Amino acid sequence: MKTRVLLLMLLCVAIPVAGCEREERNTRPDPALGSSEQGVPVTTLAPGGERPSLSDTKAAEFENNAYHLSEGKRLFDWFNCSGCHANGGGGMGPALMDDKWIYGGSIESIHATIRDGRPNGMPSFRDRIPDDQIWELAAFVRALSGNASKAAAPSRNDDMMAHPSENRLPNATTLGKSP
Amino acid sequence: MSRRSPAFEGEPVIGLRCKVLAAFTAGLLSFAVLGPALGQQSPGANIAPPPAAAPADDGQWTMPAKNYASTRYSELSEINESNVGRLQVAFTFSTGVAKGHEAAPLVVGATMYIVTPFPNILYALDLTKPGAPMKWKFEPKPEPAAQGVACCDVVNRGAVFSNGRIFFATLDGHAVAVDAETGEQVWNTKIGNINIGETITMAPLVVKDKVLVGNSGGELGVRGWIKALDVDDGHVVWTAYSTGPDNEVLIGAEFKPFYEMDQGRDLGVTSWPPDAWKIGGGNVWGWISYDPELDLIYHGTGNPGPWNPDLRPGDNKWTAGIFARDPDTGSAHWFYQWTPHDQHDYDGINEQILLDMDWQGQPRKVLVRPERNGYVYVLDRTTGEVLSAKPFGAVNSSKGVDLETGRLIENPEKKTGTGKVVRDICPTASGAKDWQPSAFSPRTGLLYIPHSNLCMDEQGVEVNYIAGTPYVGMNVRMKPGPGGHRGEFTAWDIANEKPAWKLKENFPVWSGALVTAGDVVFYGTMEGWFKAVSARTGELLWQFKTSSGIIGQPIAYRGPDGHEYIAVLSGVGGWAGAIVTGDLDPRDATAALGFANAMRDLKDATNAGGALYVFRLP
Ligand code: HEC
Repeated sequence: MKTRVLLLMLLCVAIPVAGCEREERNTRPDPALGSSEQGVPVTTLAPGGERPSLSDTKAAEFENNAYHLSEGKRLFDWFNCSGCHANGGGGMGPALMDDKWIYGGSIESIHATIRDGRPNGMPSFRDRIPDDQIWELAAFVRALSGNASKAAAPSRNDDMMAHPSENRLPNATTLGKSP
Repeated sequence: MSRRSPAFEGEPVIGLRCKVLAAFTAGLLSFAVLGPALGQQSPGANIAPPPAAAPADDGQWTMPAKNYASTRYSELSEINESNVGRLQVAFTFSTGVAKGHEAAPLVVGATMYIVTPFPNILYALDLTKPGAPMKWKFEPKPEPAAQGVACCDVVNRGAVFSNGRIFFATLDGHAVAVDAETGEQVWNTKIGNINIGETITMAPLVVKDKVLVGNSGGELGVRGWIKALDVDDGHVVWTAYSTGPDNEVLIGAEFKPFYEMDQGRDLGVTSWPPDAWKIGGGNVWGWISYDPELDLIYHGTGNPGPWNPDLRPGDNKWTAGIFARDPDTGSAHWFYQWTPHDQHDYDGINEQILLDMDWQGQPRKVLVRPERNGYVYVLDRTTGEVLSAKPFGAVNSSKGVDLETGRLIENPEKKTGTGKVVRDICPTASGAKDWQPSAFSPRTGLLYIPHSNLCMDEQGVEVNYIAGTPYVGMNVRMKPGPGGHRGEFTAWDIANEKPAWKLKENFPVWSGALVTAGDVVFYGTMEGWFKAVSARTGELLWQFKTSSGIIGQPIAYRGPDGHEYIAVLSGVGGWAGAIVTGDLDPRDATAALGFANAMRDLKDATNAGGALYVFRLP
């Protein structure tokens, strides 16, 4: 009995703490425009060598963070991403909610796409969007294909239902079916 | 110009109308049969294009609309109702491009010319040799980045031939002249800027010594214009904007609009919130017709931007309307606004067919326009007066046109705005009919209209203007219209202001139409069927399944062997087909500005890939 109460109390503390983590963030980000310094390989092909690895120290800070994801969702409309990519299904630009990636689906690749643009019509937002906000957008783009934790991804919005909310979208590869 | 069939029996009313009629009482029926005696005109009575705008057919096809009157009517009759069933493939040709093929092939002498969607390759095929081998190809190499600012697939609606040269425009905003014989570039003028969202998709028109061409970009806050370029060296002679002060719209002393709503100084500025006209759309991306006798060109203007109407109170002149202009100077003679303060993206850029006809006993020079907002307009083309505006498809966004004031009567229940979801608006943003041009036969007096049957839900949202990115401010979700079929092909009886017959299609009919003196009408479906139907009854006479959905414009020509040929480009795409060419994800109902939602099953019905098909009798 005692242990049970203790367990319950522990749970009561643990759940909110976990909840806090999903919101944890740097409240004083570098205000300057500018960009993450790492170069991002634009291909996975390197003659004879290892697959080039994509990793950026900033990635972990933004992925699966509820605050950043919800900011990313707001910015996706604010910077007219939705004008070209609709609510993820695509239009003038490709669909972002499927599991097909031209330039890579890692958060680092998506960050590079937004920052530098891509040749067939993706504009470069380098001079318009501060770096941290580009990371937020990149994290949200991953949520569109079901690649963010359900606990952190945005839920129902107030607009016309374009598709199920991001925290209910299935992973694009499996579409919710077990393999 | 005699009509082959007797007055009324030959004017069929099929399908639904037939059943409805059958349900009526005998009395009503006898009234219907007595129709002609009670003032019904036989459809073909005295309707014909002005000869100066539609000269006798020489068997060539030198501009997409066939002639300045834009009839898309061929006088060839070797292929006719009785033998079209035996039509077979003469040759095919892959364009190598997997985007939407909206262009009309051209035939000049013994050469066929086709221009592809981006990257806008111009091919010349030698019709004198078996299989029509390639003579040359010309690659203008437009900037790849232009693809990102083309609102609705990277289409091109065709080239035009004049005086030894082929003229066309590239997606990245260049107008190009190419020597028709050698394929060498004669001149190349950059007139559009992709970094503010400008592209060019329309087919130019050559009038006298000028090439007329306008810009696209109504979904990116691009200010619309039409330019006249010198045929010899490509320099810009005049530019007429669709918004802004009168001197930039080329409105001066000659401007005499028929209705009060279009009269006043600088309406292109005062009918907008401050400075909104600078990013207000009104793009000239559709069709131009020309009347050599009146010496006037006619062209429409596109939707105002952004789509969310709350962000631009006012009539938003001179968007969603039509101008008559002097081709030499660009000076405007009249203007009429189809859709003042447009709320639903009803671009006013469709084709206008120039005809001379008796209207209520009076001979009139008219212009017939099946318009995006769902009405077939008949205008007096000398003044811009509206003689008639009757719906040809499902319309609930408006309640008709007030013929006193000329104004469209909007339906307050379908008024869109910020934060509000309005359901079941018909027609959709893509219109009862979009760019896909209709054809007119003087033998039947009917206008053959390829079109859609779609409705939509809309929600206005806030939007920021960032140059070179979309400026729409509307969530849209389209769906099939009444009856569940998404396309229609309507033969419109112009004189009697009503349909003669209608065909239903599963998908929107996004191809152009062609009608011939053999009384055969040709059009294509998005599944890929190329169809020949009777011009009088609509009865299906022949069909052939091409490799991809058809959204191109069919043509008829006389080959070097003296025989009649029918040609069409197959290759799905365009706004309606963007779900296939852009591989969009229909789980998002707003994909492709809402069109993907209505086309969820198109990926199962067809694949992208451009090919020319040419047919002849065995
Ligand atoms: C003007 C239209 C336009 C705007 C605005 C736009 N994009 Fe794009 N985007 C494109 C096009 C076109 C491509 C494809 C580029 C290519 O294939 O080279 C693309 C590609 C992408 C890709 C790569 C997809 C892949 O499969 O690799 C991502 C991610 C992306 N955009 C995200 C965004 C975000 C986030 C924004 C807003 C900051 C945005 N886009 C704004 C047109 C646009």
